[in-house]
Amino acid sequence: MTDATAASATVAAKPVVGRSLWGDAWARLKANKAAMISLYYLILMAVVCIVGPFFVSHQYTTIYPDYVRTAPSFSSYPRPEMIETALSDAVKRMRVDIKEWHQEGSRVSVTVTSSKKVDERNVRYLERSDAFDSVTVDSTSSDGLEMVMSASVKQQYFLFGTDNVGRDLLSRTLMAGRISLAIGLLAGIVAVVIGVVYGATAGFMGGKTDEVMMRIVDVLYSLPFIFFVIMLVVFFGRNFVLMFLAVGAVLWLDMARIVRGQALSIRRQEYVQAAEAMGVSSRGIVRRHVIPNLLGPVVIYMTLLVPQVILLESFLSFLGLGVQEPMTSWGVLISAGAANIGSANWMLLFPAFFLVSTLFALNFIGDGLRDALDPKDR
Amino acid sequence: MFFYLLRRLLTAIPTMFVIVTIAFFLIRVAPGGPFNQERGLSPEIKANLEAQFGLNDPLWLQYWNYLKNLLHGDFGPSYNLPDFTVAELFSEGLKVSIPLGLSALIVALLLGGTLGIIAALNQNKSGDYAVIAVATAGSTIPTFVIAPIIQLLFGLTWKLLPVGGWGGGAFINMVGPVLTLALPQMAIVARLMRGSMIESLRSHHIRTARAMGLSDWSVVVKHALRGAVLPIVSYAGPAAAALLTGSIVVETIFAIPGVGRYFVQAALNRDYTLVMGTVVVIALFTIVFNLIVDIMYAVVDPRVRYD
Repeated sequence: MTDATAASATVAAKPVVGRSLWGDAWARLKANKAAMISLYYLILMAVVCIVGPFFVSHQYTTIYPDYVRTAPSFSSYPRPEMIETALSDAVKRMRVDIKEWHQEGSRVSVTVTSSKKVDERNVRYLERSDAFDSVTVDSTSSDGLEMVMSASVKQQYFLFGTDNVGRDLLSRTLMAGRISLAIGLLAGIVAVVIGVVYGATAGFMGGKTDEVMMRIVDVLYSLPFIFFVIMLVVFFGRNFVLMFLAVGAVLWLDMARIVRGQALSIRRQEYVQAAEAMGVSSRGIVRRHVIPNLLGPVVIYMTLLVPQVILLESFLSFLGLGVQEPMTSWGVLISAGAANIGSANWMLLFPAFFLVSTLFALNFIGDGLRDALDPKDR
Repeated sequence: MFFYLLRRLLTAIPTMFVIVTIAFFLIRVAPGGPFNQERGLSPEIKANLEAQFGLNDPLWLQYWNYLKNLLHGDFGPSYNLPDFTVAELFSEGLKVSIPLGLSALIVALLLGGTLGIIAALNQNKSGDYAVIAVATAGSTIPTFVIAPIIQLLFGLTWKLLPVGGWGGGAFINMVGPVLTLALPQMAIVARLMRGSMIESLRSHHIRTARAMGLSDWSVVVKHALRGAVLPIVSYAGPAAAALLTGSIVVETIFAIPGVGRYFVQAALNRDYTLVMGTVVVIALFTIVFNLIVDIMYAVVDPRVRYD
């Protein structure tokens, strides 16, 4: 072990500093490349999802009717060949005819004619188009039947393309990441808190209390899980914060079992008996021995629980039961992507990549933590 | 053995009873009812329907009637699919879901088992890492991502498979759904197999078999596999129950008329009888397959005895 030799070198130089168990575990985790890369990746993902939407020029709710299902691209929209279509669309709405149009640099100038007087307010139609802005009327012919307008071409970037109503997929994917990660963490914490309290109570009380509490868990286990979740959706309706508190409240069953088992076995460990024999108060035993030994499995299980919750949220959103439009989550986006797979595969691929890579990272971290925190398993 | 099975079947009865009771009252306390639809029925018609299905009776009476009918094998009529009884819906849907789930289970067990053995025999070599990578991917990527990607690749890009539909159970229509269903299970089976096979290969009787000069094939397949297969058997029970009762994701994406979609639809429509039917069917499958697992245990491992 390389870190052991490194440690002995420092020990030789300085007065002996004992390494705590947590320091030990941290060193082991740091030696695990997959877990560390995953950890950095996850931090990066969280930062990008939290900060990213402020830097994307599109709001995740803004609809660009002219850019429905636009393919992802590094170059800007509108493409040169799209300008004419956008112009003729806008002019058609004005109910006038294009006489001539040309482009100078970033500005487009168009001459329109009509058999009736051309109204100046028609510039609105150009402004409403997603392709143009800062429209001005340059000149009007003396009889009012002809008008020259000019507008700048609005350069827009859709790095991830747009969805099927014309919203920027990049900003939506990042917003979805915020929601999915937040829900994962929230429901994960709820599940862990309930599970730890319930399991620890059952484990430490023992006897009849334990018996009854664990029978309740068994009964809850035997009901189909998805039934529970759907019932919660039915009860809590579309309020997703409440719903995921509730989902967390369902996922605690495994946690409770694990903690109870741990609590039971720790209570019978020799070091606990030794501490008792030396007259350590039971509060001291709980603080010094029981909690640190419980924490390992709890932390491991929590890192495995968070991806489960994210997956569950995506699954519910996929069924249309989770997060509601215009709010979004990775599951919502993937569901829309699966429905449009023939015409716009980027709508599936980008959110799917974000979701799957996050799940991968969480799983590797979970595995790494298990190896780091469980010294028996090495 | 016979008495053991009898006892197991008898203990299944209270379990079923508890499940049915909880599910019955849970779905009943949910707000709304089967006939509160968006296109509202006129109050007289709604009242008539509710009277016909006995929904105005006190809850305990409805519960009693439901239990009574259930014991006679009568799951009742579906409220939202009014031309069908729940039993008919299930007998039609299970004709699709059972072949699909069974194929997926077989594929998962065979492929996953083989991969697991390959990994165990090449422990900490490239073959092992490849299997671990596949297993991690399979258990991480959710089915609702795998399914559309299979559609995209095999259906739209290479045009090898139909994009969806059941086609009366034609082989070509089954490939996509079976793959989607099998992949996550295969990943878990491969992991389990790898772990238990490594352990089994280290045991004394394998060392003895090798020392006696048995061929690699016979050591692995005849001796090591037998000891290693137990965790797979116990995993296969619940997995089979889950696979055979349909998957809403696969059925939605591939447009397959199985039973998986009933659960969500029925719960959202408050189709009480259909929800209860689904709960009962899933619970039955779970109990039956757990029983089969226990029998398999005794078959595979002669040390396991039920007296």
